[in-house]
Amino acid sequence: MNIYLPIAEISVNAFTLLGLGGIVGILSGMFGVGGGFLLTPLLFFIGVPPAVAVATGANQIVASSVSGVLAHLRRRTVDLKMGVVLQVGGLMGAACGIAVFNYLKSLGQVDLFVTLCYVVFLGIVGGLMFIESVNALRKSRRGAPPKRKQRGWVHKMPLKTRFRTSQLYISVIPPILVGFLVGILTAVMGVGGGFIMVPAMIYVLGIPTKVVIGTSLFQIITVTGATTMMHAITNQTVDIVLAFLLLVGGVVGAQFGTRLGSYLKAEQLRILLAVIVLAVCGKLGLDLLLEPSELYSITNVARG
Amino acid sequence: MRIIVTLLVSLLLALSTASAQEEVVLGLSQNQVEITTDFDGSEILIFGAVKRESPLPEGEPLHVLVTLSGPSVPAVVRRKGKRFGIWTNVDSVTVDRAPIFYAVATSAPFEEMLTLSNDRRYRVSIERAILSIGAKVAHEQAQDYVEALVRIRENQTKYALLENTVEVDQQTLFRTTIQMPPDLTEGEYTARILLTRGGQVIADHDSSIDVRKVGLERFLFTLSREQPVLYGLLALAIAMVSGWGASAIFRLLRNG
Repeated sequence: MNIYLPIAEISVNAFTLLGLGGIVGILSGMFGVGGGFLLTPLLFFIGVPPAVAVATGANQIVASSVSGVLAHLRRRTVDLKMGVVLQVGGLMGAACGIAVFNYLKSLGQVDLFVTLCYVVFLGIVGGLMFIESVNALRKSRRGAPPKRKQRGWVHKMPLKTRFRTSQLYISVIPPILVGFLVGILTAVMGVGGGFIMVPAMIYVLGIPTKVVIGTSLFQIITVTGATTMMHAITNQTVDIVLAFLLLVGGVVGAQFGTRLGSYLKAEQLRILLAVIVLAVCGKLGLDLLLEPSELYSITNVARG
Repeated sequence: MRIIVTLLVSLLLALSTASAQEEVVLGLSQNQVEITTDFDGSEILIFGAVKRESPLPEGEPLHVLVTLSGPSVPAVVRRKGKRFGIWTNVDSVTVDRAPIFYAVATSAPFEEMLTLSNDRRYRVSIERAILSIGAKVAHEQAQDYVEALVRIRENQTKYALLENTVEVDQQTLFRTTIQMPPDLTEGEYTARILLTRGGQVIADHDSSIDVRKVGLERFLFTLSREQPVLYGLLALAIAMVSGWGASAIFRLLRNG
């Protein structure tokens, strides 16, 4: 069954979109990532114009994150206080990120920069997470309890607050900084940023993995919600029909994902996420290195 | 006497021009294409007749050319090249105007129907329908970019040369169907009929086809342009409600 998308102005199969949404939803529920890093390239692949894909992807992620967060809230694995602190940093970062993005756009080559950002960040994050999780899994097999690293500088800062759900007593400055940096990347790369936020929360802030996922989803809602509004107002590229089909698949997928995630060990979850991140990174990297079959591409200039 | 002769000559001239006159009477299966939510492409039937006030002229047979064209807009064509081992856009050309959709249907092989100079004058073939004079002045290799534009759009079935698809009956009745793709953009499309004999255009007629979104498509498109804040909030509200709804349904399913 084909559906004509009013903003993207293309006709696509409705079941393809439901399926895409479902896959991304499962990932979102399992790992606490929005799935934007996967959804956006997949939408390009089925022919959705890039500007529409980025804006609509953000809207879809809002839905699957809400669905995922509610499931996590009932299991009490969301640190609301930490989430709010991260959001404050995230929104400030996103505002700066938009400025950086527009500056790059004026220089041209913004596509290349975004792809390079993806390859570099997905590569680093995926690689580190993979190595760390494999080591942790080996240690836990040998019977030694996994030791959480306590980073000195995180604990020496002022404005200490207790984050009860995360069982942490740290300064609010590091979470704001983490939120800020991720916010910049979010705006530049046009994704929720979960795939950077999750590792940052685990490795830099030392938040337990189980709490990280719910909290990251909670944080993503605000960032992607703001992104959706920004795109709707400035570029008019949010396609409600496209978003609706994706999110119907997505919210169902997120529920399954959350359930699936609770059957796996934290280390196994992280290895799986690392493998997916590395696979996307590899694909984008190859696209840059191999000669494309069509060297030319067309962009219509705004219709008058 | 002299006056009578001149009158007779002018009368004969008038008659001879009248006999050469062949006019197009056009019919279209639809003069409006409505893009609805389940829009899946559209087939336009273009048919008509040749009206003459005199017997069929001798000699070269009559040929019919039908073109269907979408709005023409400027397009940027970018070329990728290898820089520091990475494939990236290295150069671009802005083509002055290119139709977003263009199909040419003919009743015989294109070259036999229309001379090059007439093609230039009436801008019939795909290459001539694209305006690239400015681009050619600004860029040496502009021709490669225009060819790439045609190649890409032909692959997307947005441009097509459909030779021998116009049926001509008794040199009077003609008909053809042109398929419009599912990923159609709205705007005013033009159907054009050219009658040719021996490579010369003897009549030319256009008719417009209005392609527009209707119903839900129209409503959402207009809302997104005129009330972007409301549209954004609507998008967010749908997202939040369906996220919450799915969560509530799943909880009911698990508990019930």
